Amino acid sequence: MRAVPILAALLAGFPAAAAEYAALPAAVFNSVLPADGIAASARIAAFAMRIEPVTNAQYLAFVQTHPAWRKGSVPAALADEGYLSHWASASAPGDQALPEQPVTRVSWFAAQAYCESEQARLPTWYEWEYAAAADAQHADARADPQWRERVLSWYGRPSGAALANVGGAADVHGIRDLNGLVWEWVDDFNALLVSADSRDQNGADTMKFCGAGAVTMQQKENYATLMRVAMLSALKASDTTRTLGFRCVRPL
Amino acid sequence: MKRLLLGMLLLLMVGHTLAEAPLPGASVYQLDVVLTDQEGRDGYWADRRGQVQLVSMFYTSCSMVCPMIVDTMKLTAQAVRAPGRAPLNVLLVSFDPTRDTVPVLHDYAQRRQLPAPRWTLARTASPTAARQLAAVLGLQYRQLPDGDFNHSSELILLDADGRIVARTNVIGRVDPEFVQAIERTLADK
Repeated sequence: MRAVPILAALLAGFPAAAAEYAALPAAVFNSVLPADGIAASARIAAFAMRIEPVTNAQYLAFVQTHPAWRKGSVPAALADEGYLSHWASASAPGDQALPEQPVTRVSWFAAQAYCESEQARLPTWYEWEYAAAADAQHADARADPQWRERVLSWYGRPSGAALANVGGAADVHGIRDLNGLVWEWVDDFNALLVSADSRDQNGADTMKFCGAGAVTMQQKENYATLMRVAMLSALKASDTTRTLGFRCVRPL
Repeated sequence: MKRLLLGMLLLLMVGHTLAEAPLPGASVYQLDVVLTDQEGRDGYWADRRGQVQLVSMFYTSCSMVCPMIVDTMKLTAQAVRAPGRAPLNVLLVSFDPTRDTVPVLHDYAQRRQLPAPRWTLARTASPTAARQLAAVLGLQYRQLPDGDFNHSSELILLDADGRIVARTNVIGRVDPEFVQAIERTLADK
């Protein structure tokens, strides 16, 4: 069974090494989204994360063994019309989707199915935010102005430019490209409950949400991360965009 | 009783005929999920194809807006004027399959007087499946450390093929526009 995707990838002319994962220790993490909506830290169990986002070559190997996810075969409820639209065809990504570039224009459902095929799942927001807080020296570099600068300078880069290949500098955990390459899906993107417009949380619209009140965002100075939360929570699960990819995690 | 059985048989046959036409791409039934109802019966989510229905998600230990969601669904179903048509079916799926077991859903349906078969209270086999169902319906929720959930409160109208025809976040009273959408959809069927 394992040989099938590898064989398919060889036939397609792409190398498909087994995805590499790196371990992250358990942590009590101060997220920009307090766990209780007020101030509680998130408790994160140890997990392993893919060191790089999923590439076009890897995604091609997946669709060849999971034909339901081929370009042109996915129903609109599970992926919008932009799904893999930059791929030349269902079996050959072509010049606009090079083998080592991260795969983008994939929906949340597609990303979930891919991770499942790797005996993994999408990271939760807390897992992703915790991993992305690292730099080359520290597990949590968020207080470092340089860390913020780097994240924000990426946001400011023109979005028309071609995506770089995966394989940026490794952080202290050995993980690459969390910041600065593509946006990434998280499993609970529809759980972040933060409207891009905070006025929605007031008045009549409070009824939109049931529970212990609206979630407040902490660490207002950390707007680099808050922007990502706003972007993710504005998405629908069938949405695909040119700069949105994903990676997977596994429990340890 | 005989007539009821005959009616059910007819309904099954109609459902079967419809199921043979290809499912529209935008249908929420494109998602492959199994639901278990308050009687413990398993069925594919897509088996609900063939009926216009009102759908929302909830959890039984919720003491805040959820009882109001149920009340609003009751009021909405009552407000529908659709002469000669079967009453509107209502489906509530739990965000919390860990605690909302079949007996818990069964108790809740009895306590809140939500009679089967018109009302279906259901759970998914896993939290992942609940998240997928919420995603395809465009509902948001988040579990808090104390076990409660924050979630969007919306009623969703599905047509017989599982397309989302209308949604409302008016809770606590009937949304007249939403009721009109239900009446139009029932008439189209």
